[in-house]
Amino acid sequence: MEIKQITTVASKEFWDRIRNRWVLAVALVFTAFALVIAYFGAAQQGSVGFHAIDVTIASLVSLVIYLIPLIALILGFDAIVGERERGSLDLLLSMPITRLEILLGKYFGLAAALTFSTVAGFGVAGIVLSPQLDLNALFHYFGFMLSSVLLGCTFLSLAVMLSVFASDRTRASGLAIALWFFFVLVFDLLLLGALVVTGGQWGGEIFPYLLLANPADVFRILNVFALDDVRTLYGLTTVFPPTLANPWLLGLVMLAWIAAPLGIASWRFRK
Amino acid sequence: MGSAVIVARSVHKHYGPIHAVDGVDLDIRAGELFGLIGHNGAGKSTMFKMMLGLIPATAGEIRIDGAQVSGGNFRAVRRTIGYLPENVVLYDNLTGLETLHFFSRLKGVSPAESGAALERVGLAQAARRRVREYSKGMRQRLGFAQALLGKPRILFLDEPTSGLDPEAIRSFYAILRQLRSEGVTMVITSHILAEIQERVDRLAIMTAGKIQASGTVQALREQMDLPLWFTVRTAQEDFAAVRAALAHLPVGAIEAHADHLTVPCQRENKMAVIEALAALGGRVRDLTVREPSLEDVFFGFSD
Repeated sequence: MEIKQITTVASKEFWDRIRNRWVLAVALVFTAFALVIAYFGAAQQGSVGFHAIDVTIASLVSLVIYLIPLIALILGFDAIVGERERGSLDLLLSMPITRLEILLGKYFGLAAALTFSTVAGFGVAGIVLSPQLDLNALFHYFGFMLSSVLLGCTFLSLAVMLSVFASDRTRASGLAIALWFFFVLVFDLLLLGALVVTGGQWGGEIFPYLLLANPADVFRILNVFALDDVRTLYGLTTVFPPTLANPWLLGLVMLAWIAAPLGIASWRFRK
Repeated sequence: MGSAVIVARSVHKHYGPIHAVDGVDLDIRAGELFGLIGHNGAGKSTMFKMMLGLIPATAGEIRIDGAQVSGGNFRAVRRTIGYLPENVVLYDNLTGLETLHFFSRLKGVSPAESGAALERVGLAQAARRRVREYSKGMRQRLGFAQALLGKPRILFLDEPTSGLDPEAIRSFYAILRQLRSEGVTMVITSHILAEIQERVDRLAIMTAGKIQASGTVQALREQMDLPLWFTVRTAQEDFAAVRAALAHLPVGAIEAHADHLTVPCQRENKMAVIEALAALGGRVRDLTVREPSLEDVFFGFSD
């Protein structure tokens, strides 16, 4: 494997997104949402203005868990199938580059664009809020940003995988939406439904492990368990053993969620 | 011409029950301009893709300079190859120069070569314009410039003049002549048979996944034994005299038109026909002899 070939493809993908203002648009969306949530998150309780980082992060987690997977899937769904459908893939494959290098180049370039916009978006909001944050709060906010980047990278990996499997862009976009529905909306409902229907007889013990099978849940657990005040707000913490909530372990699970779809995509792309 | 640099032996490519390529053998020699012609779906593009190592053969073997293009040393092999796909698609949001910089980095070539490549195909003025602003012909020329990066020793050109105006087509073939003089081996496909018949050294005719015939255009003409066509310009009142003069010769059916007759005849009778017509003196105003075209040869083999 030649790193130079990967960085050449990655660099093109990254600068494409900078040039077409995709990164700027997403960063602005993140900044706007973060500031609105920080200042108006408590409006329903009759007050506005920044209150506490715990509550702000809890609100941001609720938002990000919907938004980032969707953005990542939109970003990556046509990474390979788009090139194939436009007819530019053959030319790329005729170069002295392997399919794995193309795949990784595409992934890392898009991941860099998503990471840059996430860090820039939430970073600007963090700078605006920083006069009101102590070191501990800043640490938690940084942790939230890092986990948001990981969440984006996991869904981007899934998007690139389905981009390899799909026969055309229309199918790829349909699969991306289906994936988003499944992981973000349906997965938890199915688990809870199974628990309730069986009166807790089925799945009770493996329930925490099943949550790890969804990167969106891993992200939620990572953030919920990091903040004492937030932990009490979530019923989830009562069924999830604290030993499994180790941030390093959850971080590794997120990395596995990045590596596995890319591995499958690479296998399929070589076929 | 040198020894064979592209060798295909019993190459098959099957997609389920469809035999896209069915037992192809080819030897393309160093420094020659080799044409691959055939109907749509004849298997040319599939053969191209296998020669480039983009898709594997179901059976058989293709070697470029003695090495398998998708084997362990594929990078070294591909660095010697330039490829211009049919209907080349490049990246709309890059400029012409950025496009070539991207491909030069992938090929391991100095980006400084990009300017010279653009100059060579006549796009130096448009180097800093986005590809989305390029016409179809300009995109095709940019694709050709991309294929020339790294001074490849072998060029694969799939319908390379598609979208080019006559002036650009002439410039394109001028570059090919120059490349041939530098010893570059070129494989070209084209639907415009009249365009390539005088330009290729040898060609192969593909139909239904098989090579029906290969050789020089002249050798294929002789192999098909197609007739020459005489066009005899004369006044209508002299048509009967011409017919009478040719009556004792083994010519084909004579067709009458407004101011001329067309006479098919085999090559071995050519001089006898000319002598018979010359004997008519001033009654024959003009005489032209047309060799069978590549199109005639192509249809002769593919039908």
